[in-house]
Amino acid sequence: MTIQEIQEEIIDEFDMFDDWIQKYDYLIELSKDVPLIDESDRVDENLIKGCQSKVWLHAKKEGDSVRFMADSDAIITKGIVALLVRVLDGQKCQDIMDNELHFIDAIGLKEHLSMTRSNGLVSMIKQMKIYALVFQAQ
Amino acid sequence: MAVDIKQIRAQFPALHQEVHGHPLIYFDNAATSQKPKMVVDAIAHYYNKENSNIHRGVHYLSQKATDKYELAREAIRRFINAPSTEEIIITRGTTEAINLVSSCLSKWLFQPGDEIIISAIEHHSNIVPWQMACEQSGAILKVIPVLDSGELDMNAYRNLLSDKTKFVTVNHISNALGTINPVEEITSLAHEKGALVLIDGAQATPHMSVDVQSLNADFYCFSAHKMYGPTGVGVLFGKKEILEKMPPYHGGGEMIKEVKFEGTTYNDLPFKFEAGTPNIVGGIGIEASIRFIEEIGIENIAQQEAELLAYATQRLKDIGGIRFIGEAKEKAGVISFIIDGVHPYDAGTILDKLGIAIRTGHHCAQPVMDRYSIPGTMRASFAVYNTKEEIDTFIEGVQKVKQLFT
Repeated sequence: MTIQEIQEEIIDEFDMFDDWIQKYDYLIELSKDVPLIDESDRVDENLIKGCQSKVWLHAKKEGDSVRFMADSDAIITKGIVALLVRVLDGQKCQDIMDNELHFIDAIGLKEHLSMTRSNGLVSMIKQMKIYALVFQAQ
Repeated sequence: MAVDIKQIRAQFPALHQEVHGHPLIYFDNAATSQKPKMVVDAIAHYYNKENSNIHRGVHYLSQKATDKYELAREAIRRFINAPSTEEIIITRGTTEAINLVSSCLSKWLFQPGDEIIISAIEHHSNIVPWQMACEQSGAILKVIPVLDSGELDMNAYRNLLSDKTKFVTVNHISNALGTINPVEEITSLAHEKGALVLIDGAQATPHMSVDVQSLNADFYCFSAHKMYGPTGVGVLFGKKEILEKMPPYHGGGEMIKEVKFEGTTYNDLPFKFEAGTPNIVGGIGIEASIRFIEEIGIENIAQQEAELLAYATQRLKDIGGIRFIGEAKEKAGVISFIIDGVHPYDAGTILDKLGIAIRTGHHCAQPVMDRYSIPGTMRASFAVYNTKEEIDTFIEGVQKVKQLFT
């Protein structure tokens, strides 16, 4: 599936929920799906530190694609991390760089990307794109 | 006298709104308090009717604005019982007040090898300026450790004090833990060694009566916005004999007596430390906020908040699975806690959805979080307008969080 297709799929999934509590319940469920980052990769070099919560992001090159593994110490952040990994993991470097991630706004979780949240997610998205750029150049 | 909460709440338009479909419950008062109408009105009235630059104009409006600004200084002096208005410097806030002192003392007092003592429970605003002062002057930073209870280790403090100690600074009340520090004792012990003392009173002035003469600290500072006043303005009290010796902080208008290219003579106190057009409306806002506090009575405010603190603490204890961070015997206005197994960010997010504003995270006191090996805390902090009914709703919210995440 393309990045766009996965984003649409996620938007459809979230459309089923009537209220915010169901949405957050689902995020909590999703947080259990993140491929836990290997203990050896859960290190400071992979740490994106926010004021509120921490995110670990590890990436490796596989052909012309990028594999992402990520984790967070907060569950809601981790649920959103899981969605970001689902959208971008295994995608081609060029596609990762070119595609806008509009789904977070569309599913009503934009507030988690605002400045006051400082939860590491904004930096995580930037970092994912930087990995794609660096791997593309290699 | 019990306070009339209904009548007090009526003065705060911001409290009467819905957030995410729920009536707002505002428990983030240690970050900033809401503003009563009389403060907002005083600010609007100044801009609508009295706006003018001060201390220089001979015209009517300038005179009027000057009088109001200087009346504000007098109100501040009275509020903290300072001996004279010469010792009241109006700053941008507590942070600027601390930076003013640290910067001026770096130029004037601190020598390589001198020691500056701070505590382990300081806000970043009372850590970083002293690290900078040490870098600049070659002084050495020493830290009073904190006990598990959230109280400062006073024995360790006594041992840190020596003839090398030039300066001691602590907060009056910790923003992260709510601990009320024994500042009188800290000050007198420092004075025995000939050290100067600054008390960061940002969390104290909204909640308790402060008398700088009985505290006897050399400097005391606080911010208006935490005590029902506007943002961007605060106060530095400094003892006259020290302020007179201290070199100025910023250069510019207002702080000069005479400027020649050969050299400048500085203005008298307090103007020597107020370069440029001051935050005139900020001063007027502080005056209104002090009037608000004095009309209710600071003792009444303290009593109301103590009741809220005791009630909320007990209700949280009853839930179970709550770890309190900071359980000092002397505590004010703040409950810092974590729900076992729940990240503060997750908890804060859910409470926000229920219309409850608390603070989560490290509260600009990262060393405190490191001390307790936690990523952050949930912090509920109260003001005079909060109610037990709000605490009941908050407790329901905390139970909801527990149910979702554990």
